[in-house]
Amino acid sequence: MSHRVAITGIGQTRHSGRRPYHNDGEMIHEAVSLALADADISIKDIDTVIIGNMDLFEGHYLNDAMLADYSGSIGKSGFKMNTGGTVGTMEVITAWYNIASGQSDTVLVIGWEKHDEGPVTSAITTIYEPAYTRWFSVGALSGLALLSDDYLRRANCPMEIGGIVRSYMSENASRNPNAHLREKYTVQDVMNARMVLYPLTLLMICPTSLGACAMVLAKESKAKKMTKKPVWIKDHVTVHAEEGGGLFDALSGGPRRTTETEAGKTILKRNHITKPLEEIQLFEMYDPCPFFHPFFLEDFQLCPEGEAWKLIEKGLTSREGSFPISPSGGVMCTNAIGDSGTLRVAEAALQLREDAGEHQVTRKVTQALASGFGGSNWTDLFLLTNSLD
Amino acid sequence: MANEVVKKEPMFTEGYVIMPYKYSVGTLASKFFIEIRDHKKINGVKCPKCNIVIVPPRSVCIKCFNKIEDLVELSGKGTLVTYTVAHYDSAVQAMKPPYAIGVIKLDGADTAITHFIGEVDFKELKAGMKLEAVFNETRNANILDIKYFKPVKNKG
Repeated sequence: MSHRVAITGIGQTRHSGRRPYHNDGEMIHEAVSLALADADISIKDIDTVIIGNMDLFEGHYLNDAMLADYSGSIGKSGFKMNTGGTVGTMEVITAWYNIASGQSDTVLVIGWEKHDEGPVTSAITTIYEPAYTRWFSVGALSGLALLSDDYLRRANCPMEIGGIVRSYMSENASRNPNAHLREKYTVQDVMNARMVLYPLTLLMICPTSLGACAMVLAKESKAKKMTKKPVWIKDHVTVHAEEGGGLFDALSGGPRRTTETEAGKTILKRNHITKPLEEIQLFEMYDPCPFFHPFFLEDFQLCPEGEAWKLIEKGLTSREGSFPISPSGGVMCTNAIGDSGTLRVAEAALQLREDAGEHQVTRKVTQALASGFGGSNWTDLFLLTNSLD
Repeated sequence: MANEVVKKEPMFTEGYVIMPYKYSVGTLASKFFIEIRDHKKINGVKCPKCNIVIVPPRSVCIKCFNKIEDLVELSGKGTLVTYTVAHYDSAVQAMKPPYAIGVIKLDGADTAITHFIGEVDFKELKAGMKLEAVFNETRNANILDIKYFKPVKNKG
């Protein structure tokens, strides 16, 4: 039987677009110290350290070894994760396996990125398959734009939904002192911003941020000693597809089948959830642009196809709504890629602990989702809860 | 104390890494590119088990995991599924903006191919529009031997 796994400590740096005074190690050490303090333990109590970012984004590779002193992993078991957009969530999944299997009692996970220091667009272009598709990439954004256009057409969704979602996110981020873009924008501000990659305007595109997020995970017996408010990883799943094909499976006349549809079906079925928008009260989503809110709500099987944008328009997903999405401001306002996934899980956990401060949602949360996104070829989805009873 | 000094004058180490690469495209893609170079023909592959047609070719079926060995000829015409127009530039892009990128489902295929869309007014771009391949005069057996896809003009 596997051990139950809880999140017992959370720490994050403030996120920004520049941070010239500290190196990457100093930056992650800040998040690690906060997470250890939150769990009320010291680095001696950690068995395993898992660290990750985007390969080559800072122009160097071996951050698990290079930063071992700053991360606290010297002499300990550890892993480096470099799985693209899902790196932060794969760290949490790997920590879960480590604890659930009995290999470790306590694991420290660290997601980080210093986006301004390396060739980000060149590096991310290497994720594209070289023979067929790399020439047509426009960095990370081309896939986001194509998927957005695809959703707009499929769901008959008005463009203004992009402005509505981004204005919700700006309101949320303005309340979150650790978010990067905290300025408030109206729907019109978003719609009138310069068009960068149709249908995405400048304000619809996630920023390149700097920051780190660390978490302590522990097995049940240890967790209950560390904190009065453990957040439990009730379930998680990771789903892959090959580049391109998985996104457009419906082209051959079949039902829509993406990494998100498969992840959503698995989590809902395994946890006997039949009314997801009632039984789950919050979603910290890896949301790189606004149209992904309705697109993901539908693909994750949380509401019927073509309906999500109507629910969003009515306020379902705002911080005061009955199913808030990314009350932290999400990836649209803070995107230090290596920490974006870790931060989704961390922010959902803060909400479940009622420790999110100014951006705490207004309604009670007992179950929350958090997701990781790797260009839609790779999806991670978590179901978190503050009570196992 | 250390922070105060550094805040006046943060120091960086700068450098460059040049990363050339070559990539074996494999058996079916080699045939695919040679057909484009020598005959201006776009081929897909047909899974002998589940009959779906995949383009650009892959050697294993995305649906049933069956091995695929043979190409099937497609017309080079297709339908626009989704698109974007790039208005910004970076070191890695193959064209100067603005330019359009489309996901195109070729007639007879069950998957889609990504490529540029040319000879088009961006305002006329619409999912569902018919497109056809335009080939470069000089061809080197790679995906850019297809110059772009352009709208099919209705006769008359």
